[in-house]
Amino acid sequence: MRRVSPAVAVVGASLAGLSTARALRNRSYDGRIVVVGDEVHAPYDRPPLSKEFLAGAASRDDITLTTPDDADLGIEWRLGTRAVGLDRSGRAVLLADGGEVRADGVVLATGARARRLPGSGGLGGVHVLRSLDDAIALRQDLAVAGRLVVIGAGFIGAEVAATARGLGLDVTVVEAQPIPLAGPLGADMGAVCAGLHADHGTRLLVGTGVAGLVGTDSVEAVELTDGTRLAADVVVVGIGAVPNTEWLADSGVTLGGGVLTDARGATDVPGVVAVGDCAATWSESAGRHVRAEHWTNALEQPATAAATLLGARGPGPAPAPYFWSDQYGARIQFAGSRRDGDVVRVVEGSCADRSFLALYERDGLPVAILGMNQPRLFTRWRRQLRSAVPAAS
Amino acid sequence: MIPVCPTTALPPGEAIRVEAEEPIAVFNVDGDFYAIDDTCTHQDASLADGWLDGCAVECPLHASCFDLRTGKVSGPPAKTPVRTHRVVVRDGMVYVQPRTAAGCDA
Ligand SMILES: Cc1cc2nc3c(=O)[nH]c(=O)nc-3n(C[C@H](O)[C@H](O)[C@H](O)COP(=O)(O)OP(=O)(O)OC[C@H]3O[C@@H](n4cnc5c(N)ncnc54)[C@H](O)[C@@H]3O)c2cc1C
Ligand code: FES
Repeated sequence: MRRVSPAVAVVGASLAGLSTARALRNRSYDGRIVVVGDEVHAPYDRPPLSKEFLAGAASRDDITLTTPDDADLGIEWRLGTRAVGLDRSGRAVLLADGGEVRADGVVLATGARARRLPGSGGLGGVHVLRSLDDAIALRQDLAVAGRLVVIGAGFIGAEVAATARGLGLDVTVVEAQPIPLAGPLGADMGAVCAGLHADHGTRLLVGTGVAGLVGTDSVEAVELTDGTRLAADVVVVGIGAVPNTEWLADSGVTLGGGVLTDARGATDVPGVVAVGDCAATWSESAGRHVRAEHWTNALEQPATAAATLLGARGPGPAPAPYFWSDQYGARIQFAGSRRDGDVVRVVEGSCADRSFLALYERDGLPVAILGMNQPRLFTRWRRQLRSAVPAAS
Repeated sequence: MIPVCPTTALPPGEAIRVEAEEPIAVFNVDGDFYAIDDTCTHQDASLADGWLDGCAVECPLHASCFDLRTGKVSGPPAKTPVRTHRVVVRDGMVYVQPRTAAGCDA
């Protein structure tokens, strides 16, 4: 059944949603495209929120994702509007204001939100960092604070710590695991990257849980499980992100640590695709669904998902996953898929100099590459990994 | 005009960074030479470190692609083009003619 005026509804007005809208137009889709986003802001870039924007070196304008050319896409923006459900047929998005957007195709691009520390609500000075509003609030608090405690030494926690050190704060990072970043980078390289904290005068406490936050109106200290109290004017909780999928509970779309899709972004409801941080996409090489939480994934996945939605083939197999992190002026880049048991060796530079390339190998074959302050060589290795990835059947 | 290097020092597929008021990246695409601003318009990355793909270079950091002929950027995160500069090959030497801020050849 074909509607008089075809339409695609995109839910989530950020990198993945905008990229899908662009990809649809690239494929000459000329129906309506309605983008629904619960933030009032036009799409903006998140990586600078823990880096240049937090440091005050980038403005709101600098981090805007849309360009003047996007005006030609004819997107109908429904910003400041939350989607609360998907009609079981998948043909209408239900909105919090009681309205709905009827569409032949739906793109789920609702991303993820920062995980909060249980029981930390209502206390002043305690922050998570996911949105522009979060970043503005944190920046304001950092400007008048002396001591920052960051809970969680993942990428976002480490970046906030680095930016705050740059602003002159006294910074302590608390990490429950014995080695930070061991999940994404493996223990050896996780330890190398975590060494940046000490290089720059940030205290790093590992293998320590947080028992709770102390304070009446505003936070005054972080209490650790070993009884230690760390005085704090500001606390940033960086303990990961949860996909925004609750609104899909009764939609018929299968959820499992994200919206489950096949390798081409299709959910099990016809005409509904999912992209970016909210999507757990089937990965042939990993043999399971993977929810990537990286910028490049949210940029590249939409090209495939848009083709899927339009019933077209192509583009080719997904390139090797890639992400970067900037901490204390060090440029960290990683590409490929690492697993425990992979053998890692430094093939260029040295860890001590904070300038190196480390290659991860499995059965003697390169599977991933990590670079610190080596963009040129890293790019060459990343390309080789790309071409080493077997073509999807 | 700024001397860059002998043509033999810049084989096809390679790039070189030239120090100028604003650094310039010079590329050899199958024997044709192109020059653009070296610094990405997104952040502080050297495009000479990027990946040459046909007549475009992919930024080594966040993968915006710039057309070497026009300076145009193909996709986010960069939003503004880089400037292009004229390349002159004379007697086996590569030279660049930096464009001034006003947009004309200096
Ligand atoms: C501080 C920070 C730093 C980062 N740094 C890096 C980095 O250095 N390198 C890197 O590779 N990646 C980085 N990332 C990750 C990267 O930004 C994300 O992977 C990317 O933003 C994912 O894009 P997305 O569009 O899928 O989701 P999101 O950007 O999360 O956008 C989803 C949008 O949907 C909206 N939404 C949610 N639910 C609803 C609903 N029911 N109705 C309507 N709208 C809804 C959300 O409010 C949001 O606007 C960083 C992320 C953060 C937060
Ligand atoms: S620095 Fe070039 S794309 Fe970001």
